[in-house]
Amino acid sequence: MEGITLEVRGLNAGYGAGDVIRRIDLRLHDRLITAIIGPSGCGKSTLIRCLNRMHEVHRGATMAGTILLEGRDTRGLDPVLLRRQVGMVFQRPNPFPTMSIARNVAAGLILNGERNGARIDEAVEKSLRQAALWEEVKDKLDGSAMALSGGQQQRLCIARALAVAPKVLLLDEPCSALDPIATARIEELLLELKKELTLAIVTHNMQQAARISDHTAFMYLGDLIEFGATDTMFTNPSDARTQDYVTGRFG
Amino acid sequence: MTASFRRRKRLSFLMFALTALCAAASLSVLFFILGYIAYHGLSSLSWSFLVNLPKPVGEAGGGIANSIVGSAKLVGLAAAMGIPVGVLGAVYLAEFGGRRLGSSIRYCADLLNGVPSIVMGIFAYTLIVLPMKRFSALAGSVALAIIMIPIVLRTTEEFIRLVPDSIREAGLALGVPRWKVILRVVLPTASRGILTGILLSLSRIAGETAPLIFTAFGNRFWDHGLLNPMASLPHTIFTYAISPYNDCHRQAWAAALILLLVVLAGNIGARWLNRPAHGA
Repeated sequence: MEGITLEVRGLNAGYGAGDVIRRIDLRLHDRLITAIIGPSGCGKSTLIRCLNRMHEVHRGATMAGTILLEGRDTRGLDPVLLRRQVGMVFQRPNPFPTMSIARNVAAGLILNGERNGARIDEAVEKSLRQAALWEEVKDKLDGSAMALSGGQQQRLCIARALAVAPKVLLLDEPCSALDPIATARIEELLLELKKELTLAIVTHNMQQAARISDHTAFMYLGDLIEFGATDTMFTNPSDARTQDYVTGRFG
Repeated sequence: MTASFRRRKRLSFLMFALTALCAAASLSVLFFILGYIAYHGLSSLSWSFLVNLPKPVGEAGGGIANSIVGSAKLVGLAAAMGIPVGVLGAVYLAEFGGRRLGSSIRYCADLLNGVPSIVMGIFAYTLIVLPMKRFSALAGSVALAIIMIPIVLRTTEEFIRLVPDSIREAGLALGVPRWKVILRVVLPTASRGILTGILLSLSRIAGETAPLIFTAFGNRFWDHGLLNPMASLPHTIFTYAISPYNDCHRQAWAAALILLLVVLAGNIGARWLNRPAHGA
């Protein structure tokens, strides 16, 4: 479908005993940010982890339904190849502890067989610039990634995900371990990134969803209650539960 | 202060003194052994003792060069067999093993770890010495490798488990196949711990005597290759210590000191490798 990068149809997923999310239909539009909000345990993370099939990594995980990447069914795609196109950033910054800053960014390329040093250096600089981290680390590219602050580490993880040139970037509460200043930097960065790729962000923070997203999906107890333009969702939601949640009456 | 309170204070002090005494006692045994061996061994230690072959029995002088090289060969060959099996087995247990199969393998490894080392010697004797009709370094190494495997397996597994899942997920999410994530991300992250376990197991088998008595057997000459009886430090200490000659006893002390230093170096190396990282 035109303008849709990733489309979810009738998705059910869970961990062995029963489904955690049910009958989810969702569309990620080209070069827009889609926020997924909802109270803890509503299945936000499960949903986003289905999109690049990281959900399957858990033992006993189940998943049924269709996910189309640019119109093609992802079930026919090897999960390894899918994940190169649909990247992911996690809740806690997780740089590879044994690798330098540059090596972390290049990890996806090197581990997938890229040997051309010049091309690797180029990708490292480009990704770090995209992640707004280049100026801070350009003099210590060979230093340990663990010496960076939490916010820098998270931007490093974003750079690492960008280096393999994905079409979609999924972010699972990327700011929940960061302070407000580091959070603001990540938000600016995401607004910059949407010029080039499609983004989906799970967040606990409704202000964050309102500030940066174009579309918002509200989930509650495993169901997708409402999905639409962020402005509408926050000012004039059609479901009473969405209204209650965005106005802070629960959750 | 009431009487009962005073009684409690006295008892508290008494118990404290008792714990300190027991701690000192257990430590002092170690230092007593170290000191005693150093005292007896140092006087017989010399360069020629390290680089010469043993003299004929009953003649004074001679060295333990063949035992030192023999020990190195035995331990080296055992490591070549034991490390791959232990490390790869640990990768299976930590990364792939199902709950039931995994815990039964783990249980078996712990049992194997508790089997007396002389039993390993008998096993290698039956498995290799009897069919080949000769004592050999190979048989000794197999016995040592069997002792080594469960130690390497369990320590390596523990250290692989210590690598947080978030690191694995980071690798997988980059579109890196699982085997490569394990090989290039998880194992390097755990490598210091794994090396520590390997070093500890090496210093353990370097000191084993019982499994070598009827496998590597011992030898008073140079020997080349792996299919002949071979001398080793612990075995030489054993034979010298039970021999009737004073000079042999003297040499046994010196050899014990050498073995002790080697094992100590292994342990200190392991501690150093596994030291807590300072800052970044």
